[in-house]
Amino acid sequence: MMDILQIFLSDSFWAASLRIATPLIFGVLGALLCERSGVLNLGIEGIFVVGAMMGWLVAYLTGSLWLGVIAAALSGGLFGLFHAILTVPLGLSQHVSGLGITMFATALMSFAYRTIFPQVATPPRIEPFRALDIPVLSDLPFLGPVLFQQTALTWLALLMVGLVWYLMDRTALGVAIKAVGDNPDAVNAQGLSVMRLRIGAVVAGSALMALGGAFLTMSAFDAFFFGMVNGRGWICIALVIFASWQPRKALLGALLFGMFDALQVRLQTMAGAIVPGQVFLMVPYVLSIIALIIAARKADYPRALLKPWFKGQR
Amino acid sequence: MIEIVPREQPSRRLTTGVPLLAAIGSLLLAAIPLAFAGAPIFEAYGQMFTGVFGSLFSFTEMLTRATPLIFTGLAAAVAFRAKLWNIGGEGQLYLGAMAAVWVGTGMIDGPPILLVPVVLLAGAIAGGLGMLGPALLKTRFGADEVVTSLLLNFIILIFVQMMLEGPLKDPMSLGWPQSEPIVDEAVLPQLIAKMRLHAGFLLAIGTAIIAHVIMAMTVWGLRIRAVGENAAAARHAGMPVKRIFLAVAFASGALAGIAGVSEVAGLKGYLTSDLSPGFGYTGIVVAMLAGLSPLGVVAAALFIASVFVGTDSMSRAMGVSSFLADLTVSMSLICVLLGGFFARFRIRRVRTEDAA
Repeated sequence: MMDILQIFLSDSFWAASLRIATPLIFGVLGALLCERSGVLNLGIEGIFVVGAMMGWLVAYLTGSLWLGVIAAALSGGLFGLFHAILTVPLGLSQHVSGLGITMFATALMSFAYRTIFPQVATPPRIEPFRALDIPVLSDLPFLGPVLFQQTALTWLALLMVGLVWYLMDRTALGVAIKAVGDNPDAVNAQGLSVMRLRIGAVVAGSALMALGGAFLTMSAFDAFFFGMVNGRGWICIALVIFASWQPRKALLGALLFGMFDALQVRLQTMAGAIVPGQVFLMVPYVLSIIALIIAARKADYPRALLKPWFKGQR
Repeated sequence: MIEIVPREQPSRRLTTGVPLLAAIGSLLLAAIPLAFAGAPIFEAYGQMFTGVFGSLFSFTEMLTRATPLIFTGLAAAVAFRAKLWNIGGEGQLYLGAMAAVWVGTGMIDGPPILLVPVVLLAGAIAGGLGMLGPALLKTRFGADEVVTSLLLNFIILIFVQMMLEGPLKDPMSLGWPQSEPIVDEAVLPQLIAKMRLHAGFLLAIGTAIIAHVIMAMTVWGLRIRAVGENAAAARHAGMPVKRIFLAVAFASGALAGIAGVSEVAGLKGYLTSDLSPGFGYTGIVVAMLAGLSPLGVVAAALFIASVFVGTDSMSRAMGVSSFLADLTVSMSLICVLLGGFFARFRIRRVRTEDAA
């Protein structure tokens, strides 16, 4: 018991929680934007791969990490645009289109990686984002390691939480996005374009998702591996329901998730001899399902989610 | 300005033609990545073709590859008909394979006439329960089955790895995480000497025909379609919608489970954690290409298996990444989705003043 208490008192545990939460924060925010506008984006898992691969590749080729981040967001947005065109003006099944985007994006990125780097024994590496070193702040006890020795991308994620919250709750555009996911007819009656709002939200949301992928190759690791996203996108789809489509709860959900994941890694080293390691590997996925079950009953889905909308038809 | 107008009746010609067009379209689109990889395009297509139709061996390899895809394709087709989004075929396949190994490696003895059906049944039940779970979470708690069935894939795969390092591990395997071999009496027999094609293929064809009969000619099929098309109306008509939904979930999972049995008992002989290169996910593409029709699933599975086997052979010969196959398959899914749109809608050009 004392050991577990010690885990909670250590700064490394809280630092790890925030680090693990970072890609999920991006992903949940992205899914939130899409779904709030009425479009489920199951392309998320593939868009994570796109962000991971494109961000890393551009950083590798240009030597600039921030160019990589921009490339990740742009290419993620491009795949989002593809999903948006299929599901918004064409009104095709959001489930099938999203799964198609995930398969297409994953296959394309794997093919591109193998074509650019045909025979590599060890994967090429980049110099990833380093822990911030802010005078005074980074040296603070506890808060220093937990908050101010994270990488810039973690701070970007936290900034995005504020930005998306501000957008959704404090701007007319945010109100319009929420309205278009609830009652597109009313938005249309006000003379706003349902199509443009939805397409815009899906593109922006997908760009955010891709940043979650970019964090994996440019901050958590320094190389691209096949299968490195490993279900993180799907976890975000569960977490956004848990967060009832609210940015602040999305942060909370991602952090809780990060905590549990950091905890299981530490418990694994403590109990590894008694319990097979795989039991701990299952934890993130099991947690996501539990979170979904808890949230599902009272989940207040955007009312027009999954429903295509055509002008002049009711 | 252009306007999207629904057709009065979905165009029959287009509806039946779309899968074929999508298949051809995705093959043609594969030329773009081929060009980027710097391969001579016509030679590459030639290699792909001979890689499938060049010899009896390569052709039977394609049929062998199609076998699990028919099962997972049927699993997705049956579920999607009832608007049950079973994306967990991959996990259910592994559950079926695990059950097959559990009962088929010496737990029970008997002649093949007994053991083969028992092993198949065990796999079907395991797979069926694997989808019944998410379906129950849906009907009980309203938890979206897309997410739960997807996440279960990851959980089950880790569970398989755990079992293969624990209770299911073959003590003779010199440290490799693999199961004991299936006993001879439970093995699905080879169909042609020296070829890997096994009785699982015939079983797959038979299952597709049975599924076709059930879906097209029985009350069950009617009910499943009614639930998928309009659950509220079906409920109003007095159908036990929840029970139908759960039954479809079990059947769908069972079909994916049999895919796992067939791979273990027909092809590999034992279980490893890389038994399936994503047959569960590819099954979704198969089902969509088939327009959710069970007989169409057979044709679509043959096409996709050809893409995989042909691309593998081309990729070995010309050094192009074999991920091209996954790329082609994913493009066929997007093509068929787009094609479905044109079968249901017309695009009409309207002058701006008319539109206003």
